[in-house]
Amino acid sequence: MDDLDQLEAQSIFIMREAYRKLKPLAMLWSLGKDSNVMVWLARKAFLGRVPFPVMHVDTGKKFPEMYKFRDEYTKKWNLELLLGDCPPVEEIDPTLPPAARSAARKTAGLAAMIDRYKLAGVIAGIRRDEQATRAKERVFSPRGSGHKWDVRNQPPEFWDQYATPHEAGMHVRVHPLLSWREIDIWRYIERENIPLVDLYFARDGKRYRSLGDQDITSPVESNASTVAEVIAELETSRTSERAGRAMDHESEDAFERLRVAGYL
Amino acid sequence: MSTIPTPAPQDAATPIVIVGHVDHGKSTLIGRLLYDTDSLPEGRVAQIIESSKKRGLTVEWSFLLDSLQIERDQGVTVDSTRIPFRLGTRQFVIVDAPGHRQFLRNMITGAADAEAAVLVVDANEGAQEQTRRHAMLLRLIGIRHVIVLMNKVDILDYDQQKIEAAEQDVTNLLRQLEIEPTVFVPASAREGDNIADRSERMAWYKGPTLTEALAQVPAPSSRADLPLRLPVQDVYRFDSKRVVVGRIERGRIRVGDEVVVGVHGARARIATIESWHTAPQVAAVAGQSVAVTLEPDVIPDRGDFLFPASESPLRAARIRTRLFWLRQEPLHVGESFKLRLATAEHQVTVAAIDSVVRLEDLTEQPAEEVPPEGFAEITLAVSETMLFDPFLPGTADGRGVLVDRNQQIVGGAPLMGVAESVAGRNAIHPTGSAVSLWDRAQAKGHRGGVFWMTGLPGAGKSTLARAAENRLFARGIDVSVLDGDTLRAGLCSDLGFSDADRRENVRRAAAVARILAESGQVVIVALISPTVADRELARQIVGEGFHEIFIDTPQATCEQRDPKGLYAAARAGKIEGFTGIDAPYEAPANPALRLETAERTSDETAAKLATFISDAIRIDSAADRQRS
Repeated sequence: MDDLDQLEAQSIFIMREAYRKLKPLAMLWSLGKDSNVMVWLARKAFLGRVPFPVMHVDTGKKFPEMYKFRDEYTKKWNLELLLGDCPPVEEIDPTLPPAARSAARKTAGLAAMIDRYKLAGVIAGIRRDEQATRAKERVFSPRGSGHKWDVRNQPPEFWDQYATPHEAGMHVRVHPLLSWREIDIWRYIERENIPLVDLYFARDGKRYRSLGDQDITSPVESNASTVAEVIAELETSRTSERAGRAMDHESEDAFERLRVAGYL
Repeated sequence: MSTIPTPAPQDAATPIVIVGHVDHGKSTLIGRLLYDTDSLPEGRVAQIIESSKKRGLTVEWSFLLDSLQIERDQGVTVDSTRIPFRLGTRQFVIVDAPGHRQFLRNMITGAADAEAAVLVVDANEGAQEQTRRHAMLLRLIGIRHVIVLMNKVDILDYDQQKIEAAEQDVTNLLRQLEIEPTVFVPASAREGDNIADRSERMAWYKGPTLTEALAQVPAPSSRADLPLRLPVQDVYRFDSKRVVVGRIERGRIRVGDEVVVGVHGARARIATIESWHTAPQVAAVAGQSVAVTLEPDVIPDRGDFLFPASESPLRAARIRTRLFWLRQEPLHVGESFKLRLATAEHQVTVAAIDSVVRLEDLTEQPAEEVPPEGFAEITLAVSETMLFDPFLPGTADGRGVLVDRNQQIVGGAPLMGVAESVAGRNAIHPTGSAVSLWDRAQAKGHRGGVFWMTGLPGAGKSTLARAAENRLFARGIDVSVLDGDTLRAGLCSDLGFSDADRRENVRRAAAVARILAESGQVVIVALISPTVADRELARQIVGEGFHEIFIDTPQATCEQRDPKGLYAAARAGKIEGFTGIDAPYEAPANPALRLETAERTSDETAAKLATFISDAIRIDSAADRQRS
C-alpha cells in the first residue's frame, strides 16, 4: 500500500464509522476539490453510492461555474442534494472583520440546516494542513448546543476510537480528510481522475487554489492548467493554500472565532 | 548510522511524537527543527516574526505551534498539532504534545499513532513529573523507539561529565519502564546545537544529531504476514447482496479463504471482495478497508472478528489489563463501562484494582482507587465471553478503550491477558446496565433525577411530595416518593435517632434514590436531613441529577400544624433530640428551589414544585447541563 492507499483506507474507515454511529447523517458538498474527493471516497466506501444526502450551504455568491458543476454532478453521481441558504450579512455579528463576517453567513446557514434536518452527524472536508486552527481538530468533533466548538475541552481520540456523544442538541462533525495534505488531494484527483470545477486551472496566468465566495476569494499567479501541472507547482510552492481567502488574514484570531462558532 | 534507510518517496509519512515536561523546550525544538531543515512555508515565517514583534520579543520559534491566540496569551500549548516535515526523501509528521498535566488526553490523541518519540529532557533540571508520566504513556501506548533529547546543554556549558550524569538518571528511569532508548542526543534547541547541524561545542559527542537519529527510525513493520484479524465494522445490504465491511488489522484475505466468524465460531469462506472504481480484487492486506461477501451467507455482528481457525484470539470473561485513566475523578472497584476493542463493545465491570503506579518512583503499589489521570493494573469482568489478543506494540492488538455511560472515552486499556478467577477478597461482580441513560430518557420521554426535599418536621414535605407526585404522574412522568417515615417503617427499621443512625438513614435513602434515578425515574425524597453534611453526603452519592429543595416553613407554623403531634410530645419532653426543639436544623444556603409554604395554598406550592421538576428533567435541557 502506498501513502494514497493508506489515506484512502483510513477515510473509508472513518466514513463507515460515521454511517454506522450517527443517524441522520449528511455530507457537506462545497463543490471544491476536497469535497469532490470526499464524495468520491464515500462512493468507494459504499460501493458506488452515497447512502446519505449531500448538503450545499449556498451563500448565493459562488462562481457561476460552481453552480453549473453542482447541477451536472448531482445527476451524474446520483446524489440526494439538500440546499440551504444563508441569512443576509446584516444579521451577522458586526464585531467580526468584514470578510470573516461575510464568511460567517455560511456558519449561520449551516446551523439552520443541521437544526432543520436534526442531523446527528455532518461530514466535512477540512484538513489539518490548511490552517493552524483546523490542525487542532479531532476526526469526530462533537459540537454542543448552539453548535459551538469547545477547542479547549475536546475528547481524547486514539486507537481509532471516536467520541459519539448522544445528547439532544448536539451533533458530531466528522472529518475524513483531516490527515490529507493539499498535494495528496491533487495526487488522488490525478490517480482517480476525479472531475473538478475548471476555476482550479490557470487561465491568463491566474488560477484559484481554494474556492469560496466570489467577493472574498482571489486567484493566485499560476500557469498550471492541468492536474499534473498543479502537482508540479505545489511541489515547489511555499505559499499557503488559503492565502487567497481574505477572512484568514484580517486579524490574528478572526478565523478561530469563526471556527468556535461552528464554521468549518 | 551507516545504514540510513531510504524509503520510496511515496511512502506514508512517519509520525513522530515529541513529549516531555513543560518548559523543557518541546515547542522551541520543533520550531528550530523546521527552520533548520527549511520546512517552513513563507506565510508561517512571516507570521512568527510578526507575532514575536507584536509581543516585543526576539523571534520565538515556539509561536509556530502555539497557533491559537488563547494559547499564546497563556504561554502553554493547548492541543497537539501535527506538522509535516521532510528529511531527504522521507516524510515525517511531527506531533507536538502539551506539557500541561491536565491536557493528558490531548497528548494521547497526538501520540497514540506515533512510530517513534522524542523525549525532551532539560539536562539542567533532569526528569520531572511529566517526564515520568509521558515515559509511562509511551510504554502503555506501545511506542518502543524512543530518542532522548537532552536539551539546554548550553546551561551546562556543554560539559561532557555533567551531561552524561544527567543522561544516567534518565536511563535509570526508563529502565524501570522497560524502555531502552535508541540514543541520547545532547542538544540546545534554542542555540541549534545537534538539531540539524552538528555542534562544534561538543566535539566529544560522536552520536547522531537529532535529524540523523530521526532518519534512522525504522519504517513501520508490515502487519500483513501476521495471522488474519478483520473486525467487522458493519454489514450492508445493497442490491440484494449482503456485504461485510471492515479494515484488515493484520494478515491478509484471499477469495476462497476459510475464516471463523466471531465468538460463536461459525465458519465461512470469503466468496468475493467487492469494490468500486478499482480493478477486481482477489486479495487484500492489512491496512485496507474492504468489503467482502461470505459463503455461506452468515450474518456477523459489528465487533465480530474474522480470523483463521488455526490462529484464534484468546477467549475470556475476566481480563487483566493495564490502564491509563483519563477522568478527573478516581476510579473504584464496581464501576461499569463499555470496553471498546476495535469495532466491538463489551459490557465490563472493574472487578479488582490490582496495583497503581506511584509516579514519584514508578513503583507499583496496592491501592483502593486509581487516582485522576493515574496508571494502574486492573481486572475487568466481562458480561459474556469475549475474544481478544493481548496488547502488542506496532499492531492494533489489545487496544482496549473504556467508555462511560455518556459515551465519553475515560481510559485506555492495553489488554494483558486472561485473569485468574479469584474467589474471596475481590470477588465482587456488580453488573452494569447495558441500557444507557440516554436510551432510557428517550424511551421515557424524560430524564431521571433526585429531588431532595429538606425542612423542619411539619414543614409539609411529605404532603407536597405526594401532591407533586400526583401531578407529575398525570403528565406521564415516571415518578416515585421516598418518604422519611415510610423508609423508617421498612428499609431503615433497624435505625434509631443517634447521629450515626441519622446519617445511615440519609445514606440509604440516597443510595436507593440513585438506583431509581439511574433506571430513569424521577425520585422525590422527603427527609428532614437537618445538617448540611447530611445533604452533602446525599449529593455525593446521587451525583449528577441531584436537586436540593428547601421547604421553608417557619417553626411556629410547623408547630401550630403539628400533624403528627410530635412537637407537643417533644415540648412535653417525651421525645429527645427532636429537630427544631433540642436538635439543630441547618437551613440550606443555596437550594435549587425554595418553597415558602406559610403564605401560599398547598395547591399553588405543589404546582410550583411540579413545574420545577418537569423543567429539570426535560430532555432538551440535557445538552446545556452537560456544558455547565
